[in-house]
Amino acid sequence: MRVRWRRARKPPGPPPVASRRAEAPRILFPFLAPALSRRALGTALRLARAEGAVLVPVFLAPVPRWLPLDAALPRQAGTAVATQEAIEQRAARLGVPVDARLERGRTARHALLRATACERYERIVVAAAAPGAPGFAPGDVAWLLAHAPGEIVVMRPGHEDDLLEIEPAAEPDGHGPTVALPAAFVR
Amino acid sequence: MTDGPTRGHHKVFLGMAAGVGKTYRMLQEGRAELEAGRDVVIGYLEPHGRAETAAQADGLEVVPRRALRYRDTVLSEMDLPAVLARAPELCLIDELAHTNAPGTEHAKRHEDVEAVLDAGIDVFSTVNVQHLESLADEIADLTGTRVRETLPDRVLAEASEVMLLDITPEALRERLRTGKVYPAERVETALSNFFTRENLTALREVALRQVADDVEARRAAREPLGGEPEAEARRGEERLLDSAAPAAIGERLLALVTPEPGSQRIIRRAWRSAQRLGAELDVLWVAGGEPDAERSEQLRALRKLCGVLGAHLLVEHGDDVAGVAARVARERGTTYVLIGAPAERSLRRRMRPSLPIRLLRLLPGVDLRIVADRSRRKGPAQ
Repeated sequence: MRVRWRRARKPPGPPPVASRRAEAPRILFPFLAPALSRRALGTALRLARAEGAVLVPVFLAPVPRWLPLDAALPRQAGTAVATQEAIEQRAARLGVPVDARLERGRTARHALLRATACERYERIVVAAAAPGAPGFAPGDVAWLLAHAPGEIVVMRPGHEDDLLEIEPAAEPDGHGPTVALPAAFVR
Repeated sequence: MTDGPTRGHHKVFLGMAAGVGKTYRMLQEGRAELEAGRDVVIGYLEPHGRAETAAQADGLEVVPRRALRYRDTVLSEMDLPAVLARAPELCLIDELAHTNAPGTEHAKRHEDVEAVLDAGIDVFSTVNVQHLESLADEIADLTGTRVRETLPDRVLAEASEVMLLDITPEALRERLRTGKVYPAERVETALSNFFTRENLTALREVALRQVADDVEARRAAREPLGGEPEAEARRGEERLLDSAAPAAIGERLLALVTPEPGSQRIIRRAWRSAQRLGAELDVLWVAGGEPDAERSEQLRALRKLCGVLGAHLLVEHGDDVAGVAARVARERGTTYVLIGAPAERSLRRRMRPSLPIRLLRLLPGVDLRIVADRSRRKGPAQ
């Protein structure tokens, strides 16, 4: 008996996932450690799902002046890893593709500048800071509005805003940072 | 036909800044070599008026400098022809990054050192990390001071040995305050300009990283040795020790990735494991060809992630992923390999061993972990 292989003809259909991802609109979601606004993340995810967009959460890591800009940042890395994973799991439940990023800079604004300069995106969603709520300082939001191209959605934190808080230090058993998810977040 | 002399052994004493004790240590080791019966001379010494350094040079033969007139100035330089004519076993040459005066054989002192090494003479030399070409911009950015005299990185890479002279920033500032580095009138200016605690901390980190990278590169680039059977057997034992050392020291992880968003999950999981094990993490992409724009963008993102995590991103070219990964794992002393869950395979591919099976066969004694996508995990039954 002889077995012959013949390449199957490709049925007409959607392009492969990689190219679909490359063509999809992208929503940039920059945030700063150690906590991020649930409302802002929820907004970014809802927009991404409605538009069939890729969510690009960007962890901004300020690097102290006494360290080289490309130095490893193990403490911030712990926070970044935990936050990105929490966002990815939340996005996966909503069926939103995620393409996470990590950007360093001397200050939050410098990291933001570098992120907006080198990333492809159609829209930016940011949380504005308020007393007791995480987010970008008024000066940074104003800078973003003046300099970053594309649509910018600024979320004003509400009193009822639950936070996704990250403990940067490793637990005694060495299982890495803890992600404290409020009940509303995990629903 | 006679062979030329064997190239000399080059040992570089590297420091984060002036005053850490590079020249002092070089002279100390030179004296030890002299006392051990070797023929040692000083080819060039710059004691900067430091009494302790000058004292270390006592008893060592000095090849006199030569004077060169340049415009209205008389400059003194190392006398390369005299050093070569003296032909010692070991020559001590200070300030490797120095630019020679016009009229000498070479534009730079490191080129003089090359000539001395080529003559079969061993050399001890000194240099500060800020002189390395590839670091000049970074250090200028960090310290606000740009050095004019730079040294090609290959000089350090090709040196037989690099020794870092490391002291804490506070200890160096204390040495400055007590006048051991500069004369009293220059101390305050130095302390408040270049020798600030922040500058010294940054320079120290750069120097430590430079030497760590150098050690890593030497271990990775170690080549098989050849020679007589007996010597070969002896070297074989050394190789055995070399290859056993990383395993004895600890764990080393290798994460196999492709430039796509899902790979970040593998890297993050691998990094957490590396943190728990106190291990180094290497991240490898085996590229089948040149990446397109989409893959280049993803590769940049992976590079940034690895940079922050302190992981080493390696890109190797080849069609056989398992074969290349196994080679890299052996070279880097990997003890633990992490890969993503394999995709559904066609019938034809199913007839060949899968990547995990091939890796298990090619890397006996190395743990293999398949990283699952936890977002697809089904919750407990309600």
